[in-house]
Amino acid sequence: MQARISPLPITILGIGIAILYLPILVLIGYSFNASALVSVWGGFSTQWYTQLLHNDQILDAAWLSLRIGVVVSTLSVLLGTLAAVSLVRFRQFRGRLLLTGMVNAPLVMPEIVTGITQLLLFISMLHLFGWPHRGFTTIVIAHVAFCSAYAAITIQSRLAGADRSLEEAAMDLGAGPVGAFLDTTLPAIAPALISSWLLSFTLSLDDLVISSFVSGPGASTLPMVIFSKVKLGVTPDVNALASLIICAVGACVLLAGYLMQRAERQRNLEIAEAG
Amino acid sequence: MLTARLAWFSRRGKWLIILPPLLFLFVFFLIPFAFALKISFADIAVRVPPFTDILTVGPGSHINLDLNLGNFKYLFSDDVYGLSYLYSLETAFFSTLICLGLGYPMAYAIARTKKSTQSILLLVIILPFWTSFLLRVYALEGIIRESGLLNTALLRLGLIHQPLQIMHTTFAVYLGIIYSYLPFMVLPLFATLEKLDHSLLEAAGDLGSPPWRAFLEVTLPLSVPGIIAGSMLVFIPAIGEFVIPTLLGGPDNLMIGRVLWDEFFGNRDWPVASAVAIAFLVLLVGPIALYQHYSTKQLES
Repeated sequence: MQARISPLPITILGIGIAILYLPILVLIGYSFNASALVSVWGGFSTQWYTQLLHNDQILDAAWLSLRIGVVVSTLSVLLGTLAAVSLVRFRQFRGRLLLTGMVNAPLVMPEIVTGITQLLLFISMLHLFGWPHRGFTTIVIAHVAFCSAYAAITIQSRLAGADRSLEEAAMDLGAGPVGAFLDTTLPAIAPALISSWLLSFTLSLDDLVISSFVSGPGASTLPMVIFSKVKLGVTPDVNALASLIICAVGACVLLAGYLMQRAERQRNLEIAEAG
Repeated sequence: MLTARLAWFSRRGKWLIILPPLLFLFVFFLIPFAFALKISFADIAVRVPPFTDILTVGPGSHINLDLNLGNFKYLFSDDVYGLSYLYSLETAFFSTLICLGLGYPMAYAIARTKKSTQSILLLVIILPFWTSFLLRVYALEGIIRESGLLNTALLRLGLIHQPLQIMHTTFAVYLGIIYSYLPFMVLPLFATLEKLDHSLLEAAGDLGSPPWRAFLEVTLPLSVPGIIAGSMLVFIPAIGEFVIPTLLGGPDNLMIGRVLWDEFFGNRDWPVASAVAIAFLVLLVGPIALYQHYSTKQLES
């Protein structure tokens, strides 16, 4: 299979990977530059990282973004699982087409359009009911609206491939439909639940456009703060912050991937032994 | 007892599962478009919120429906909107083509390596996708800005005598889009190329077909589904892109996302912004959604 492979695709693969990683590596390099001028190397220094610890604006924004991320991804996995179960297990119900459409639409919807329309809704709701005030709540709602769609799609494909025979056996042994599902199918789709939680978390943590529209005064998420700082010019403390975030996320993804692969292998092994 | 419970569950209980996501997405994803449509027919006004009501109840319980088509007429009379639609289309189209040109050989090379190498290379391609999009665009700036790595290196080597102006140009916008969305192109292409039946290529070779012809007549046609999927994944987000033209582009790079943002935050003209959003939806997103709907239907049947 890997008999003859011409050097051209390999070269382009190398160039492509270099394009993907060079900017990130350069950014991490700059973050240790003692000089605030990007063109001059002023020696190794961790001063921008220390400065970061004293920047209340960035710390507050980071704390807000993390809180939003945790709430959003938990709610998104819950709603996404319910949506996936609805679409995979209930073949016919009123509103099935509507739910399918709404689950797939965020994939093709430009964020800027979603952001504007949701802001208009929140403003009208505030006008009519006196709720919700723009800030934490509206950002969470707006993020769950698109993250739960991504979660539903991820879980849906896993659920469709899951074996139902164990669940049926549990029901034959007297378990209720919900109990049987929780005991047998839920562990089987657990990897999809974990990856959709992580996906929702990074999507929420990274979102700039939708947050900018639906947020209110006093609630600036981390991307909003970074964006306004970057627009103003070179900011060495953003280099430090960006390096920290990129390394933390990279490490988490690698770790989660490794753990999930190991758990999957374990599970397959157990099934093979039992069978 | 158990069958009764099962019967109840399949009749009524299932709504406990279906309703939460259905209602949530209906209220917070679908209904907002109705509001945008409503406001696109309103007039700008100095009040909070900054637009007029289109439905008013007059004396004697008369209900007045005051539809203002002016916003949509305005879209057609002012060139900025039409041009930025076309410009977004053009930018998304050409950056998708370049991504395809770069991503196809990459996916091809990965598909041809050993299984163990494959999973490592895939991880290398996917990892940037998980890290922040905004921060990656910012990181690109560190390379291409006037005092960035590229200019410094070229100056040191004596290849140029003045720093190149790359930031705030069309080139920078293309570079940003390609850099950000390349993984989206490689992954679906890899998925189709990996499944390719190699005996077909061997058969073509046995029949005396040179490798380039076997590629053009066997590999390329069979990878069309991957080409389409990857192109969609790049084209769709590129067309509504806001961050890249704003941070890397110049004043000429008026993509529709940027125009929408300025209309909303700069001019605070919500009715016109809503009209732009609705027109965007009908002219660009609608056809893409329909295309996807029919292509998946075709795939299923």
